[in-house]
Amino acid sequence: MRKIASKEIEEKVKELCMSANYNLGEDVIKAFKKGLELEESPVGKEILKALLENAEIARTEQMPICQDTGVAMVFVDIGEDVCIEGSIDEAINAGVEAGYKDGYLRKSICDPLTRQNTETNTPASIYYNIVPGDKLKITVSPKGGGCNNMGRVTMLKPADGVEGIKDFVIKRMSESGANPCPPVIVGVGIGGSLEKVAMLATEALLRPIGSKNPEPRLAALEEELLEKINNLGMGPQGLGGRFYAMAVHIKMFPTHIASLPVGVNVCCHASRHKEITI
Amino acid sequence: MDNFIKIVPPMDDAVVSKLKAGDMVKISGTIYTARDTAHKRMVDLLDAGKPLPFDPKGQIIYYVGPAPARPGKVIGSAGPTTSYRMDPYAPRLMEVGLKGMIGKGGRAPEVIEAMKKHKAVYFAAIGGAGALIARSIKKVEIIAYEDLGPEAIRKMEVEDFQAIVINDIYGNDIYQIGRAKYARNE
Repeated sequence: MRKIASKEIEEKVKELCMSANYNLGEDVIKAFKKGLELEESPVGKEILKALLENAEIARTEQMPICQDTGVAMVFVDIGEDVCIEGSIDEAINAGVEAGYKDGYLRKSICDPLTRQNTETNTPASIYYNIVPGDKLKITVSPKGGGCNNMGRVTMLKPADGVEGIKDFVIKRMSESGANPCPPVIVGVGIGGSLEKVAMLATEALLRPIGSKNPEPRLAALEEELLEKINNLGMGPQGLGGRFYAMAVHIKMFPTHIASLPVGVNVCCHASRHKEITI
Repeated sequence: MDNFIKIVPPMDDAVVSKLKAGDMVKISGTIYTARDTAHKRMVDLLDAGKPLPFDPKGQIIYYVGPAPARPGKVIGSAGPTTSYRMDPYAPRLMEVGLKGMIGKGGRAPEVIEAMKKHKAVYFAAIGGAGALIARSIKKVEIIAYEDLGPEAIRKMEVEDFQAIVINDIYGNDIYQIGRAKYARNE
C-alpha cells in the first residue's frame, strides 16, 4: 500500500482550482484560432479575438477567465493500492475553500431554497472512481452556472433510436441559443440509466477538443451533430455565424432493454479543467 | 474602424429611440449591478411601496456577479450573467423608469413587449470575457445587500464599456436576425 497524506491532496486541489480558473487550455485556444478561420460573421470574428485577448489577460494577470468560477467539480481516480491518511473528502473541500479564497475566485454556492451563500464555494461536487495501480489522479473542473443550466436529461423510447437522439441534442442546442456562452462544447451521454447518463455527458466534456472518439460510429455521429448544430447559424455568442459549437463529444454505456437515456451537458467556451497525478 | 455609439446614462426616450438591434455601443458613466436575489428584493420593495436602493429612472442595470478584486485592483473578472433569470422581474423595473439592461442570452416575449411599451433597450456584453471587460470598470461601490456577496448591488463607474444592442424599442432581436442570416438548411 502506498500512503498519501490528505494534506498533500488539499494543497494540490487548492493549486488546481486557481490554475484551472486562470489558464485556459491549449486545446480551447487552438479551437478559437480555428474558429477565426471558419467564421464568416465579422461580429463573430471580433468576439473570437476578444476571447483570445481575455484568455491572455487572465493568464498574465492571474485573473479568472470568467467571473463565474463555478461549482468546483472534482474527479478523483484512486488507485487500489493507495491508502489515504486522513479524510479525502475533507481534504478536497478544504483545498477548494483555500483555492477560492486565496485565488480571488468567486464563491457561487448557496442553499437552494434560502439562496444563502456558503461563502466558501463548498461543498465541492466530488466523484470517486477506483482504478488499478498505486496512483491518485485529481481533476478539478470549475463549471459555470450559465452553461450548466442548459443541460438536460431525457429517457427516450428504444424505438426513437439514433434519430431521436439527434433530434433531442439539436433541439436542446437550438433552444439554448446565446445562454451558455458560445462557442460551446456539447457533451452527450447515451445509455446507462437516469443518473449514469448525466455523468456520461459530463465526463465527455473533459476530453480535449480536437481529439477523435475512439469508436468510429460515435466519431461519425459527433461530426454529424457538430455540423447540424453549427448549421443553425447561431455563431459565437449566439449573434449569428458559423462557429457556435467547437466540438460535440459523446460517451456511451450499455443500457436497459426498456430504455434509451440521453443526456446533454453544455460547456461554455471557458472550458476549464486541470489535472494532476500524485 | 470605430462605429460605436457613445452612451452616457441616464438615457431618455430620445437616446433610446435611436438605438437599433445590432448597434455597437460604448457606455461611459454610472451603471448599477443586480442579479437574481437583488432583483427579487427590489421587486419586493416596489410591491411594499418602498423606495429602491437607487433611483432607476433612465438608468442601466448590468447583470453581473463579479469575482473579488485582488489588492490594488478595482474589481476581479466581471462579465455578464444569463439574463432570462431576471425576466420575471425586469418589466416591473421598466415600469419605474429603468431604460437599459446588460446581460447575455435571449429574453422572454413579455420582456421584449415591456421594452417596446416602456421604451427600454437590452444590451449584451461578451459572456465569458470577464477579465477583458473588467478593464472598462474604473470604480466600484457596494450600495445595497452586501450580505449577498457577489450578488450585492454595486454602483460602477465605467469607461467605454462595449456592448451590442440585442432588443430595441421596435421589437427587433439581433439573436433572431443574426441566426436567420447564417442558418443553412440542408
